[in-house]
Amino acid sequence: MSILIQIIIYGLSLGMLYFLLSSGFSLIFGLMGVLNFAHGSMFMWGCYLGYILSLSTGSFLFGIIGAAVCIGVMGLVMEKWLIQPLRGNQLRQILLTFGLIYVLEELAKVIFGTRAYMQFPPEWLSGSAHIFSETVPQYRLFMIFAGVIVFLLMTLLLKKTKLGMIIRAGTDKPRMVQAIGINVARIFSITFALGCALAGLGGAIATPFLGAYPTIDMEQVFNAIAVVIIGGVGSFTGAFYASVILGFISYITSYFVPELSMASTLLAMLVVVMIRPNGLFGGKTSEN
Amino acid sequence: MDNITENILELHDVETFIGQYHILFGVNITVRKGSATVLLGRNGGGKTTTLETISGLRPPFAGTILLDGKDIAGLPAYEIIQSGVGYVPEDRDIFSDLTIEENLLISSRKGNDYDKRLELVFELFPDMKKYFKKKSRILSGGQAQMLSISRALINDNKLILIDEPSKGLAPILIRELIDRINIIKKDNTVLLVEQNWEMATSVGDYFYIVQDGMTVFECTKEELLADDTIKQKYLGV
Ligand SMILES: Nc1ncnc2c1ncn2[C@@H]1O[C@H](COP(=O)(O)OP(=O)(O)OP(=O)(O)O)[C@@H](O)[C@H]1O
Ligand SMILES: [Mg+2]
Repeated sequence: MSILIQIIIYGLSLGMLYFLLSSGFSLIFGLMGVLNFAHGSMFMWGCYLGYILSLSTGSFLFGIIGAAVCIGVMGLVMEKWLIQPLRGNQLRQILLTFGLIYVLEELAKVIFGTRAYMQFPPEWLSGSAHIFSETVPQYRLFMIFAGVIVFLLMTLLLKKTKLGMIIRAGTDKPRMVQAIGINVARIFSITFALGCALAGLGGAIATPFLGAYPTIDMEQVFNAIAVVIIGGVGSFTGAFYASVILGFISYITSYFVPELSMASTLLAMLVVVMIRPNGLFGGKTSEN
Repeated sequence: MDNITENILELHDVETFIGQYHILFGVNITVRKGSATVLLGRNGGGKTTTLETISGLRPPFAGTILLDGKDIAGLPAYEIIQSGVGYVPEDRDIFSDLTIEENLLISSRKGNDYDKRLELVFELFPDMKKYFKKKSRILSGGQAQMLSISRALINDNKLILIDEPSKGLAPILIRELIDRINIIKKDNTVLLVEQNWEMATSVGDYFYIVQDGMTVFECTKEELLADDTIKQKYLGV
């Protein structure tokens, strides 16, 4: 019983972190065809910014929201000046975002050094909660809560707003979106910024539990890719469920056989690709 | 001045590249307000490319395109569409992950009287009302075509471009579509690409033959029907 609850809470909270990280990555790839390898770097910068902003303002909430906004703006600038000029040239875009990993990482090292920064959860989240007589850290519950809220808000955005409908339409047929009179470049900018903001938020929320350090970008972009492969390209719901699955797999392996943590993610990807090449939720878009 | 109000669209010596390939070499078309103009011609002649050039999806390399007297050559597609063009592409390209309603909603442009236009769409295509809240992926080929046309009709356009609406449809559906397009024609200016002889001749007022990337011949409906050699020479029928 106690192990079960532990697995559920820890696996789910890890899954929510993966979700914040990868949902934007998946949206961007699905809509724009841009495989943003620097997405993990956005996450990493979210870690640092969340840490600095909470420390300097004394407000944890301000820290995570501020980090999300800053990383969103960073994404907006990056899309406008770097990604957009290379539109239509996927190979160059991949090379660009790959190069950005190093630029953004070196920049972080120059500013923050190579050490890891540990951050404590705010006081109101540092205690324990009791679930079926089992004690779990409150911060874990907060991570789950934050992930679920973001999932609900994003679902609402995608299903109910015109912007969301256009994003879904564009993921299916980008050219046709222009042909109904929509400035697709603007939609791309907004989506890219939004996706980056989510990664920044994820990073800031992760810091009290992972810390902030310069190699976290690579670790996390690997997870984002795994989520997209398991969940299916461009599928938001797919990214959510794949993140949860990956969270459980990671936690369970790290609990029982810590050495196989990364191998288990790879194995999960492999199994999904063999059974459903388009991912668990992919391949639902039109035939043509 | 008369010219400006009478012709909704004029193409003068339009040339277009697709990538490195020179596809259109000299397209000259005039679409009169309130008319239905049809582009005919064999496969690969450049009819679709012509419509894509007008809509801005493939900006021309040379030539002028006047929409209601204003040169639109080189403007981005969304600006051209927003200035009053409805585009019904060759492969329908409905957004299959969206419902019928959502397809129409995102197609409705700023300042549009959506409710009024929606009523018009429902009147013309009752199936759109019937499946309004359903994902458009469930639609049959004919219904998908109707949705694609509805997306253009949801706005009050100066010009509607329709690319081979009969493609892949059964004869009985084609006949129904002819009826509908003839109704649409009453209140709209239409530029239609069509290879189906029955649809082309029962809808069109003016005809252009597009061949090897050029408009090589133009005539009225009467001239086309009176002269069998046109059919033989350009269309191979
Ligand atoms: N993406 C492309 N790349 C290279 N050439 C192309 C491309 N699309 C079309 N073409 C060529 O351009 C020419 C004109 O094509 P277009 O589709 O405009 O013809 P069409 O008259 O509409 O033909 P159809 O009746 O078959 O629809 C063809 O020779 C075609 O092979
Ligand atoms: Mg064609």
